[in-house]
Amino acid sequence: MERQADFAKCIKGSTGDWEVVVGLEIHAQVASRAKLFSGASAEFGGAPNTHVSLVDAAMPGMLPVINRFCVEQAVRSGLGLKAEINLKSVFDRKNYFYPDLPQGYQISQYKSPIVGEGEVLIDMADGEAVTIGIERLHLEQDAGKSVHDQHPTSSYVDLNRSGVALMEIVSRPDIRSAEEARAYVSKVRAILRYLGTCDGNMEEGSMRADVNVSVRHPGDDLGTRCEIKNVNSIRFIGQAIEHEARRQIDIIEDGGVIDQETRLFDPRKGETRSMRSKEEAHDYRYFPDPDLLPLEFDQAFVDEIAGSLPELPDARKQRFIDDYSLSPYDAGVLVSDRASAQYFETAAKGRDAKVAANWVMGELFGLLNRADVEIETSPISAEHLGELIDLISDGTISGRIAKDVFEIMAETGSAPGSIVDERGLRQVSDTGEIERIVDEIVSANPDQAAQVAERPKAIGWFVGQIMKATQGKANPQVVNELLKKRLGMS
Amino acid sequence: MSVDQATVRHIAKLARLKVSDADARKLEGELSTILEWIEQLDEVDTEGVEPMTSVVEVTMKMRDDDVTDGAIADQIIANAPEGEEHFFVVPKVVE
Repeated sequence: MERQADFAKCIKGSTGDWEVVVGLEIHAQVASRAKLFSGASAEFGGAPNTHVSLVDAAMPGMLPVINRFCVEQAVRSGLGLKAEINLKSVFDRKNYFYPDLPQGYQISQYKSPIVGEGEVLIDMADGEAVTIGIERLHLEQDAGKSVHDQHPTSSYVDLNRSGVALMEIVSRPDIRSAEEARAYVSKVRAILRYLGTCDGNMEEGSMRADVNVSVRHPGDDLGTRCEIKNVNSIRFIGQAIEHEARRQIDIIEDGGVIDQETRLFDPRKGETRSMRSKEEAHDYRYFPDPDLLPLEFDQAFVDEIAGSLPELPDARKQRFIDDYSLSPYDAGVLVSDRASAQYFETAAKGRDAKVAANWVMGELFGLLNRADVEIETSPISAEHLGELIDLISDGTISGRIAKDVFEIMAETGSAPGSIVDERGLRQVSDTGEIERIVDEIVSANPDQAAQVAERPKAIGWFVGQIMKATQGKANPQVVNELLKKRLGMS
Repeated sequence: MSVDQATVRHIAKLARLKVSDADARKLEGELSTILEWIEQLDEVDTEGVEPMTSVVEVTMKMRDDDVTDGAIADQIIANAPEGEEHFFVVPKVVE
């Protein structure tokens, strides 16, 4: 079913509203040790051509043998995308010449992929939930890498990536804005990371996307699309779509037509440009690879994998809403990354979940952002954050002091309890001592005391003075009560 | 189905083959004859018949996910016309 045009998402042009139509092909590297059809290492990096077997270098007479683990991961990913699993699929040769493709063809799946139609649910910031259709997921080989900046007239080719297993996940053209595209890629990445089938590391190229963009007036047939190749960050995917949509609208509104072509996104300039050299290569002459039998397995193989699936982001989000009474937005933020969700659950265990969520999403995410580290290497462990929350809820320290303790925890990695003891930050709830200080300060400031009688809000000044006198350690609730009593307000 | 000059040129270009005008004319005839010969197979009714993928009843063998190969960069680039620090060196190809 086709989506109705949403005018709020349209781009304004001189000839009216334009709807952006986007489809994505995500290439996700299977988190395997060895390659798809050879026993060479699939690990990122390595000295040039050291992760290469004679199969990957396409030496004559070499035969591909499929890696069972890669097949399992494709099925697992398919199940995570709520997709149909094909018990029989076929590997084809996609023929083209390029220096980093020693075989002269890529082994891929064309007419019959291992995974068929599925869907991904994305949550937008305004609360809208959008279903993006998945057309297919298929297994294919990665190509090698060309290095162009080592020599003025030569390119250097490293085949370490050649033959690494990729899952190509093809969406339907259901995406209608750069924002939706970003949400979709983030969601697919989260699902694969929950499943453990792809590490989702976009810097190392474990995930990248080809972005198909076209524009049309709402209600019209699909426009001519351009394909932007190999965009390697979620932010760049958004920028590339925004730039490309604007470019196409300007051409059409100036009376031109869009050429169907392959383009490249230049992150430095924030624009796309034509890659004419790829054009003629589009005639790939697919045919079934005679070196490989069809890929076949039985339903029991699929069922066994289905039985081992972890809780996925959507289910976990619902559980966070039901069990912890979190808002859908907070739950969505926390489950978007498996490690964040795990961290939250550890910190919240047996405690006020809302308070824990606020600490994780506020102070902790802020700290991780500033320090530019991932939650896996957080300087504050989830257990320690939980202990800090306990110290607040049992009245040992005030919320204000807790923020100071949090900063000290970030610097030292120490447990909050020992920081509070060593630095004498324990909250003073002893009424006798606070009463003494209240009395002292009220007596010393008769003018302010008189003001409070006329303007009750002026009591804040006294609270401030008392907190200052106690270095913030006085229990604010006790201070308030005693002050009101002393000033005759209660 | 017969093949014309433009198709011969296109196929040659995709295969990175240099074909002279004289050869292209000759190939036009040869390729057309081959295609016509293969087209005789269309006379067989294959409705409802699964494509045959092997002459024996076997399923594809699978391999465990273990690193058992690689670390032979010397051998990999041994036949390269040009190499440097274990890279293949090729004429510059840049977008």
